[in-house]
Amino acid sequence: MSLDTLYREVILDHYSHPRNRGVVEPADVVRDGANPLCGDEIRVSLRVRDGVVEDVRFEGKGCSISQASASMMTERVKGRPVEDARRTIAAFKGMMHGEQAPGGDDLGDLEALQGVRKFPVRVKCATLSWITLELALDELGTA
Amino acid sequence: MAIPATIRDDFPILKQRVHGRPLVYLDSANTSQKPRVVIDALVRYYEEYNANIHRGVYAIAERATAEYEAARAKVARFLGAAEPAEIVFTRNITEALNLVAHSWGRRHVGPGDEILTTEMEHHSDLVPWQFLAQERGARLRHIPFDDEGRLVLGDLDRLLTARTKIVSLVHVSNTFGTVNPVAEIARRAHAYGAVVVVDGAQSAPHRPVDVQALGVDVFGFTGHKMLAPMGVGGLWARRALLEEMEPFLGGGEMISDVWLDHATWNEVPWKFEAGTQNVGDTIALGVAVEYLEALGMDAVAAHEQELTAYALEQLRDVPGLRILGPAGAADRGGVISFAMDGVHPHDIAQVLDEDGVCVRAGHHCTKPLHRRLGIGSSVRASFYVYTTREEIDVLARSLLKVRSLFRVA
Repeated sequence: MSLDTLYREVILDHYSHPRNRGVVEPADVVRDGANPLCGDEIRVSLRVRDGVVEDVRFEGKGCSISQASASMMTERVKGRPVEDARRTIAAFKGMMHGEQAPGGDDLGDLEALQGVRKFPVRVKCATLSWITLELALDELGTA
Repeated sequence: MAIPATIRDDFPILKQRVHGRPLVYLDSANTSQKPRVVIDALVRYYEEYNANIHRGVYAIAERATAEYEAARAKVARFLGAAEPAEIVFTRNITEALNLVAHSWGRRHVGPGDEILTTEMEHHSDLVPWQFLAQERGARLRHIPFDDEGRLVLGDLDRLLTARTKIVSLVHVSNTFGTVNPVAEIARRAHAYGAVVVVDGAQSAPHRPVDVQALGVDVFGFTGHKMLAPMGVGGLWARRALLEEMEPFLGGGEMISDVWLDHATWNEVPWKFEAGTQNVGDTIALGVAVEYLEALGMDAVAAHEQELTAYALEQLRDVPGLRILGPAGAADRGGVISFAMDGVHPHDIAQVLDEDGVCVRAGHHCTKPLHRRLGIGSSVRASFYVYTTREEIDVLARSLLKVRSLFRVA
């Protein structure tokens, strides 16, 4: 169990150069998430037009895993239909909990985060932004 | 008398390797490791005289009772109590502080009264008082700390009022390492008639404590941070205070007599020890205390102060570290918390783990303290009797590795 499996190059890159940081203006929904165990906080904001995630951003503080995961998440879902985003969320959560990705969903770069599974306490770091995005989409769906 | 270099042989866990490296355990403020004599005491109890106390008339029950009460006497001597009956055993210090808030607080604190703590408290010395304040309509006030993590006492006479019923504070901060001037604060608090409660979780294991010389009213401790097993802690309180307190939990052993609709209480301290107690761990705590006494608490404190001075020096050479708490080793316990520019504490601890180094990453149950500093969390390295300079060197080297991995070098 080496550190290289955790801190993959693409993760360190997203950590030092996060994509889509900030708050969407105007946003349809802004959602906060926190990991009470480590005090990490995240804010996910997004705007949806015609069933497509037109813009999504994140801000907050946390470890390299949580920040890189959030950055990669925004890159992945931005410009895609909400239904796609939901499928990716499910596939990502499944991957982090050691389940087979349903329907062979290709997670691409996100698969770099698979190494986190070997460090159980860090899984929550990786999933925080995804759970927050999911709650944001739920909120939007019922609005 | 110095701590003998052979001390590490007393701690079986320290012999192992993790990830192929020697274990470098720098998380003793979280929980201490246990010497062989403590582990043996536990095994001996379960192999030779496991029986419930205060009720059996047979030989092994009498032995268990005698050893349990002997542990109380050992802890009383260790803390400088006037008599063993002033020691109440609980599961840990969290339960001890809740006991005081419940049994003394609910009876003596009313609407508009004030409870004074500090901004550097552990959650276990904040939340029980929040419960009490909410229930009784009392007001919580807090002594602030300065940039070096020392309490600002200039305003103390403004924070203390005739309404102050309880002053509760940490003796040695689990995050800053600051040794607070408890005796002075107790003296000033008593002038206002307040009861002074001290969280001794990080002081009793590491320095000589004489509760009567400190001039406080209640002193809480927890066994697992002072070489004993997890699951036993307790408090010292003046007998008069214990006498006027209501029981905490109701049940067996804490009663004098019971009818279907009411009951009368056992004597101090047993009225606070309801139900079957953690007998084996308590006996082992007695052995841990004897082990510390044999080392000498002055020697323990001197060893840690020397290590702390050395560690502060070594860590100052690591670029980008922000060390929390007092700049020097004077009046500082063996605890050093720090943050590193551009690298999150969890990532630091993860990289250190690969080198076998165990540190705490997070808020160390002092969220208000971290919030005041404007950081979410920190890394904490903490030392004890078995910690060596070489281990601090490993820590410093490993921190340089963190910087290069995350490219902040």
